[in-house]
Amino acid sequence: MSDSATNSGHPGPGATAPPTTKPAQLWWKSTWFDIVQFVALGGLLVWLTGRGMAAMDYRWQWYRLPRAFYRVIDGELIWGPLIDGLLVTLEIAAWGMVLTLVIGLVTAVLRLSDSIAGRILAKVYLETIRNTPLLVQVSIFYFVLQPILGINNPLWTGILCLAFFEGSFASEIIRAGINSVSRGQWEASATVGLNRLQAYRYVVLPQAVPLMLPPLTGILVNLIKHSAILSFVAVFELTTEARNLIADTFLSFEVWFVVGGMYLVMTISLSSLVALLERRIRARG
Amino acid sequence: MTDHGQENAQRFADAGRPAIIRIEAVNKWFDDFHVLKDIDLTVGAGEKVVVCGPSGSGKSTLIRCINRLESHEQGLIEVDGIELTDDNKRISEIRSEVGMVFQQFNLFPHLTVLENCTLGPIRARGLSKTDARALAMEFLEKVRIPEQADKYPSQLSGGQQQRVAIARSLCMRPKIMLFDEPTSALDPEMINEVLDVMTELAESGMTMLCVTHEMGFARRVADTMVFMDHGEIVEMASPETFFSTPKSDRCKDFLEKILHH
Repeated sequence: MSDSATNSGHPGPGATAPPTTKPAQLWWKSTWFDIVQFVALGGLLVWLTGRGMAAMDYRWQWYRLPRAFYRVIDGELIWGPLIDGLLVTLEIAAWGMVLTLVIGLVTAVLRLSDSIAGRILAKVYLETIRNTPLLVQVSIFYFVLQPILGINNPLWTGILCLAFFEGSFASEIIRAGINSVSRGQWEASATVGLNRLQAYRYVVLPQAVPLMLPPLTGILVNLIKHSAILSFVAVFELTTEARNLIADTFLSFEVWFVVGGMYLVMTISLSSLVALLERRIRARG
Repeated sequence: MTDHGQENAQRFADAGRPAIIRIEAVNKWFDDFHVLKDIDLTVGAGEKVVVCGPSGSGKSTLIRCINRLESHEQGLIEVDGIELTDDNKRISEIRSEVGMVFQQFNLFPHLTVLENCTLGPIRARGLSKTDARALAMEFLEKVRIPEQADKYPSQLSGGQQQRVAIARSLCMRPKIMLFDEPTSALDPEMINEVLDVMTELAESGMTMLCVTHEMGFARRVADTMVFMDHGEIVEMASPETFFSTPKSDRCKDFLEKILHH
């Protein structure tokens, strides 16, 4: 066949050959220049900080810090305050996430329901929580609701408070995700005999959840960050432990830098984990 | 009863079929818009009814009232002896007898073709996975796409998707099938593959209500033609009478427009 020749990609007579080498890259767009810029900027920041430190006459005592993590006494390993605090923060984060998602889902479903009472309840909750400061909510939970409800545990009061706070934001994301699934999907579910709950579970949520994941991750990251506020009400989480440690040792720079880093590790691990999950869901179809 | 009610009853007595859908004096409003006006329509078991009319005439709304995707505000709708009310139990009983095919297919995009077909039978009917699969494959073969069973809807052509939608409905073993403009969203070359499946379904004795503009199909398959305009049933007749001697001007006008383009 004559057209097999043209299909195989040989240039016909008279065609100009494509250039054999890539045109040289402009130097200010090269990776090397990026790195140089980055190093220069970083160096400038370090120099500025160092100069400030020198002026303040701050004495770095990093060698005292390991004791904040662990000590070995008589051959026995004892965790230091920062590890204790980290564990409490992780506990708050874990329970908080579960409750945040539950509260968010329930509120979203209530707002989308046919029940007028349900919709009003959800709306009142949302508007109250979203339009008052978190610190005020923590105080109300701790000083007012805790004795009224008879919760004898500041940790759980704190977890509940955070979950109600983040749950209000999560519910809007979940609602938007559910709304993004077309009405036709509900109708098709009804015509194949599914009730509302089954339609949510087998048709709507599986389509909505992948859309919700990135913004929901933001809420869960906020949950971890906002847990620091619980240091205000005697919950012995990471920030409280850090404050106590500084009061004992005066290592304010070292401790705050390290604690900041610890939060960073927690939040970035969470984001990466969700990103991984998202890729797996997407790969599935 | 209106004129059409009597006409309807007469037609019905002639055919000698037991009624499976009774619609009497049904009215419906979308806010102030009177979308269904005093609709009377009785459909016999095994009857094929084709509903046509200009857009906005209420034909889709009418068939969507039959399985309660829309609710009527006045009048009576009875499906297989069950009166349609707000009662959820009755609604789900009726829905389990009525299959529906949509203009936009509405397949579940996150499920494979096979899973689309087995979801209802497994979750609503309580069939085992194996039984549901066997059932689904039987109907996928009837619509001639068993080889696509493991693909996702987005990997299929429009015509194939619509045939899956038909199979998905049939898996619920309905007594009645509603078609809401099933070929309007399809590329022209795919319309026939869907109409062929619908014709075969009609030949198998299924009760069918089709909203469609495919007049060739209507001529071939319909027992009764219904013409709607402005929320009313304007004309109801056998296809022979309907196409050769339409009575009202509105109907003549409509037929002229869609038959001569």
